[in-house]
Parts: sequence; C-alpha cells; structure tokens
Amino acid sequence: MSTTPDTQPRITSVAEVKAALGDRIVDSFHKEDLWLRVHTDAWKSSMRTLRDTLGFHYFCFLSAIDWMPSPYGRGEDDPTEPAPERDTTIRQGYAGGETRMQVFVRVTNPVTHVSVIVKVDVPDDSLAIESIHDVYAGANWHERETHEMFGIKFDGHPDLRNMYLPIDFEGFPLRKDFPLLARMVKPWPGIVDVEPLPGGDDNQGGDDQ
Amino acid sequence: MSLTDRVLGDRQQLAYIASQAADARLNVELETEGMTLNIGPQHPATHGTLRIIARLDGEQVVWAEPACGYMHRGYEKLTEVRTYPQVTTLVNRIDWLGSFANEVPFILAAEKLMEVEAPPRAQHIRTILFELSRIANVSLFLGDLGVQLGAITPVFLAFRDREYVLNLIESATGGRFHPNFDRIGGLKDDLPAGWIDETRAVMKKLRGFCDQIEDLLFGNEIFQSRTRGIGVIPREVALQYGLSGANLRASGVDWDLRRDHQLPMAWNQADWKVWTHPDGDSFARCWIRLQETRESTKIVDQLLGSIPAGPVMAKVPKIIKVPEGEAWVSTENPLGEMGYYIVSRGDLGPFRVKIRSASFNNISITPWLLRGVYVPDIVTILASLYFILGDIDR
Repeated sequence: MSTTPDTQPRITSVAEVKAALGDRIVDSFHKEDLWLRVHTDAWKSSMRTLRDTLGFHYFCFLSAIDWMPSPYGRGEDDPTEPAPERDTTIRQGYAGGETRMQVFVRVTNPVTHVSVIVKVDVPDDSLAIESIHDVYAGANWHERETHEMFGIKFDGHPDLRNMYLPIDFEGFPLRKDFPLLARMVKPWPGIVDVEPLPGGDDNQGGDDQ
Repeated sequence: MSLTDRVLGDRQQLAYIASQAADARLNVELETEGMTLNIGPQHPATHGTLRIIARLDGEQVVWAEPACGYMHRGYEKLTEVRTYPQVTTLVNRIDWLGSFANEVPFILAAEKLMEVEAPPRAQHIRTILFELSRIANVSLFLGDLGVQLGAITPVFLAFRDREYVLNLIESATGGRFHPNFDRIGGLKDDLPAGWIDETRAVMKKLRGFCDQIEDLLFGNEIFQSRTRGIGVIPREVALQYGLSGANLRASGVDWDLRRDHQLPMAWNQADWKVWTHPDGDSFARCWIRLQETRESTKIVDQLLGSIPAGPVMAKVPKIIKVPEGEAWVSTENPLGEMGYYIVSRGDLGPFRVKIRSASFNNISITPWLLRGVYVPDIVTILASLYFILGDIDR
C-alpha cells in the first residue's frame, strides 16, 4: 500500500465508547463490529456524546427493524388456499431488545475508522423517539424514510413528508405485517429454484469446482 | 447551535436573508416576485428521474428540494421474500452503471455470516471486475460532465471508451450491464481465454481517455470558471451528511474503504494512491474522479499480473442457508460507500436487509448546498455530486 491511512493512533476502543456512554447503555455486543443498545430516553444524548466526545462525525445510515416474523412467511403460499398459521413470536437480534420496533444507526470516526452500530427500542405504544437530525444533519432524510416505511415518529423532526410513496398511501410497507401484494395475487414461481433435486438428498456436496 | 449552522457560509446566510426579503417583497411590492422552477423529472443532469424544485429570487436559489421516489422499487422489501442467491439479481439494478460493484458487499456480508471466504483467485477476479465497473461508471460521468456544462465532445469519447470496458465485462460475465456473476463463496466462472491480454490493452486505452478528458475539460478555462468555487462543501458538513466516495475526499477527508477496511479482496496487493483535494468545490469532486479512474486502471493492471491459480469457488452447500446473526459490510463503490446490513434468522432468505446506498446520502445535502447558488450552477453542482437515481430510490 502506498500511503498510510492516518498518522493518529487508534484512540477509540470498545472500552472507551462504553466508558463515555456509561449507564446509558442497556446492552452491548462485540464481534468485529460493536453493537450498542441505549435507553430510549438517552438516545439523543448518546448520539451527541458519540459525536462530540468520541469523534464519530461520519453519519452512515439510520433505519429500523421490525422484529416480528412475517405472518405471511416468505410470500410463497398459494393465495387460493387458506393461509397457514405461523409463529410470530418477537425475538430481537444482537444487543437484545424489548420492543417490536428498533431504530438503529451506524456512525464512524473518520480518523480512527472505528464504527459503532447503536440500536434503540421504540416504545410499542407511542412508536416515537427523538429525532437526531440536529446531531447528524444526514439523519434528516433517513428519518423521513424510516417514518414512511415503518410508521415510526421522530419527535422534533422538521418535515416528515413522504419521500417515495403518494401522500394518500395507507400502511407502512417495510413492516412485517404489510403483505407483499405481488405475492398475494399470484403464486411465486421462483420457489422451484430452491427445492431439493429429485432423487438426491446429498445437498451438502459442494460445487463441481 | 448545531455544527451545520456554525459552518454555514456567508453566502448561504445571505441567501437566507434574501429568501426572507423575497417573501416580504412578494406581499408588498409585487414588482419582483419569487418564482418556482422545476428541474426534471426528466433532465440530462439527473441520471434517471429526479425532480428538483427550486424557489428563485431573480437568478438566485432561495430554497431547493429534490423530490425523489419516481423510481422506488422497494428492494428492501423484496429481499425479504428472496433467497440469498436471488438477491444479487435485484441489487445489480441499484447503481446500474457499476452493477458488479453492487453485488460484492452483499455477497461479502453473506459470506461473513456463513464464515466462508472466497478462494484467492476469486478474490482477485472480483477486485478486477469491481474496478472495471468503477471505470465504466466514472468514465461515463466524465463524459456526461462535459455535456452538462455545454461541451459536446467528451460524451462521445466517453461512450466510445466505456464500450471497451463493457465488452470486457460482457466477455467475462455474460452481461453488459447486469452481470450477476458473484456467488456466495466465489464466482460463477473463471475468466475466458485471452481476457487478460485484452484487458491490458483496454486499460492503456482508458489511460489515454483520461489524458484526453483532462486536456479537453479540466484544462479548459470555461470549465474551470464554471466549477471552481461552486458548491463548496466543508469537511464537517460532508461528514455530517454522510457523503462518501469522491465527494468526501474532495472535501479533504482522507478515507477510502478500499484501503481502510479489512475485506477479503485484493486491493491491498496493488500499489495505488488515494487522492484527496482540499477545496471541496465542484472542480475538486470532478478532479478526484478523474484521478480515481487512473488509479483504477493501475490497480487492474497490477492485479492482472498476479492472479493466483486455483479454484474460483469455495466449498459451499448447494442450498444456501445463512446462520443466524447480523452483519454489515460496505465497500467503496463508484458512487461512494455502499453497504448492506443483513439480519439473518438461519433461513433461506434474509430477515431484513438495509441497503445503504451512496447517492441517497450524497443527494440529501442538496437542500443545504443549493441555497444561495445561481441557476446555471444548479446543474454544475448536481453533476459534480454525481448520483444515480436507482441508487437514491432503491
């Protein structure tokens, strides 16, 4: 490699992030990347600390996850038959969670190239959290998109207009209980691609190469 | 007071005052009045269908807002009903000028969860194809740039020379625009015979193309006066809005994911340079892209000489089930940082995929950036930010 990335040492370590955020962290998970879950009340102040104290100036993205498994499965049911019963028990991912919806954001320190993924629970009853658009200006559009796709409200956001959908669109497309309508009107033909080959059960054999 | 406010340039503050004054005048004088200008949805500067709504006071923009959504295809929802190998077909179409580069981070993220790694030969060929798609993408940008500023010649040169690269991609993958060549665990096929020599010849041509464009455009006085000092993005603002790729490096941030991230790719085996520019204006952004195209041809040249022998596919099961977990992988795509956040539940398909595309962040700065500029500069700024609509709307 021709150039060195930076002359400054990697000052930001996992322990340092945890120390700076203190008891605002509910849970954390570390595997190559660092996942943190912060208290809903401390969401904005945590992001501010990350930016100002720890130098996470680069805003990568903000989005949300709906942890309820889809009652429609993977959209491969025959629409002419009654829908099968599915387990829709909510189970969260890394760094845990208590609510169905979680907002997560990824920010990076552009000097040390250390990144952190911060998750926050969105209360089930109000479905609203603080907006961080005045901490990270780039979050403005990402929050608009998340509001449109998940129906999560961001308190203090100046302008939660729809970005993609018509203004009279009903429903929140990326929620798991929003059906993919194309699969509701016509069975998915692609299912044959993943069926086991006839007569053979050695599916673990690897490729010809 | 937020950081953005602090670094608001004088010009932007003046424009804000002008907007207030324009509103007041509208009601009082009725001699000058604000005008709303729609640029697009169909406009050559938008690489797709993007509409810019600009409110003007005379020749100055007082407020501008891009309206996207004309091409939203809902890929994040669609991935939830597809299997992992099927997703690459979708993500090919995000940034349609550099399709192969879209597949790589998704495949890498899936491989990270499965804990498999492509064989060294596959990593090498992946990197070469990745850089070829960057060259195809950015060479069109360089040509298009001329058209948007009123110079006709560069676009013909660009289309001519991009064709050589597309032919290479086609002969290796079978697809000119949407290769769908990357597989979890490696690549679909090995390179065809004679491909390496042909690629070397094309890289030489492309370096000639870069020289030509540099002479025609970058040395041109009109081009310089149209781009220098226009649309200046300070470093802090660029970081806050999450600008990436050449847009970020043009604001003086020395950050390239190819160099600074540890990925199972072959970039670290070539000798190349990350260019930055301190100015942060439109000229800097265009200039960085020109230099990057040159560096890409160098990377390809060096990697062509050192492709290791061996298979191009690791041992992976025929039916791919990705273990439970979450993974994020991003790469330095032609437009900037492109990444996928995959949540897996051990199923045939992903539970949730968040697609972080570069143009979405890059274009979100326009309401801030266009405030206070003059009408002809709107096109310059949009062209130099370089976005592709499929990459905004996904």
